[in-house]
Amino acid sequence: MTVAIIDYGSGNLHSAAKAFERAARSMEDPQAIKVTRDPDAVYRADRIVLPGVGAFADCRRGVDAVDGMLEALTEAVRVKARPFFGICVGMQLMATRGKEHVITEGFNWIGGDVVKIEPRDESLKVPHMGWNTLDMVREHPVLERLPLGPKGRHAYFVHSYHLNAANEADVLARADYGGPVTAIVGKDTAVGTQFHPEKSQRFGLALISNFLKWKP
Amino acid sequence: MFKVRVIPCLDVKDGRVVKGVNFVDLRDAGDPVEAAIAYDAAGADELTFLDITATHENRGIMLDVVRRTAEACFMPLTVGGGVRTVDDIKILLRSGADKVSINSAAVSRREFVKEAAEKYGEQCIVVAIDAKRVKRAGGSDRWEIFTHGGRNATGIDAIEYAQEVVSLGAGEILLTSMDRDGTRQGFDLPLTRAIADSVPVPVIASGGVGNLDHLVDGVREGHATGVLAASIFHFGEFTIRQAKDHMVRAGLPMRLDP
Repeated sequence: MTVAIIDYGSGNLHSAAKAFERAARSMEDPQAIKVTRDPDAVYRADRIVLPGVGAFADCRRGVDAVDGMLEALTEAVRVKARPFFGICVGMQLMATRGKEHVITEGFNWIGGDVVKIEPRDESLKVPHMGWNTLDMVREHPVLERLPLGPKGRHAYFVHSYHLNAANEADVLARADYGGPVTAIVGKDTAVGTQFHPEKSQRFGLALISNFLKWKP
Repeated sequence: MFKVRVIPCLDVKDGRVVKGVNFVDLRDAGDPVEAAIAYDAAGADELTFLDITATHENRGIMLDVVRRTAEACFMPLTVGGGVRTVDDIKILLRSGADKVSINSAAVSRREFVKEAAEKYGEQCIVVAIDAKRVKRAGGSDRWEIFTHGGRNATGIDAIEYAQEVVSLGAGEILLTSMDRDGTRQGFDLPLTRAIADSVPVPVIASGGVGNLDHLVDGVREGHATGVLAASIFHFGEFTIRQAKDHMVRAGLPMRLDP
């Protein structure tokens, strides 16, 4: 089993790869974590991870700049139904469109736009930086046994935009930051988190382990 | 719900923690990676490394520290010190830093903040502001920006500067009072509040923490989103958990994950 972490110049690549390696090591059936910018390796992988930090348009350009990557990714996830994990902007790219500064097309796997968060409480700062608990919206294997809810563990967010999903069924969990913030999405064999599991200590590693065990 | 962040800061020179860290049994009290692991286990919300390496040749050592920290700690890491080019940022982020803090390079060339934010996103660009109260003849006091550890005056108004760097794309302000740094008298609360109330992004208060009430004051009176401290944690005076428990008792929302 191989897990391909797509290298398209994203800033959190190293941390993401290390977190997946750590989670994979503690499993009974270790999976090989491979950082790659080779579309063919992505196409053949058993699982795919798309990290991402920075601006939506810049990340989209980064994916497009690797010849054949988008095609390989789409084919692997949408046709071959390989499990996919998008992190932060890697998750946002699953949306129809991003509206950060300019309008940019997403992959359109999950209907909805990526829009600026606007906390109702004006004392709340944007970017939203810090730790939040998560509220489950829909049960999903990647959420299994995770301590969710207001008394649960926290996940680490660093963002100003979030995926405003058109279909409630695509949202697995939300955070509250002066209003609802989409925290985890899931549709078919793809899941994604707005927060950074690779920076969310034990909680993040537990989520990654769940993804590595998930057999959709 | 919003949670206040408690952020220990480690000064690192040539790959070693300046003055060491002695709050837990470490094999090597000067190894920043060991200190990072200990703070990760202690429940710190973020960690900041400030690279005070003087020579360009030894900069590479810091990258190795960042890389090894990211391999061992799955927590947010900000790195500052000597960040002057977009390439400096790129290599730090790729080594495992989540945020990069820019100080004097932003003072000398504001456009650098914009270039950095456009390339890597506002959320990972921290502008570190070192401010000092300045008496003005015939006028009211104000805070001005100082560089080089408080030695060089710039004459720039700190509030105006904070607003300017945020408009250029700074996603967070790390605010240090040069009057209070090292004094253990607490944050400069009027300064912290003046800056925090004038920008929409998070402001981290720094400089002067001597007890746990100071941390509470930084948030309550200073309106800071997070609080940064060094010596009260490094030498075992207080644990991160004691700090957080104290802040909870004062009514602040904290993350207390085990």
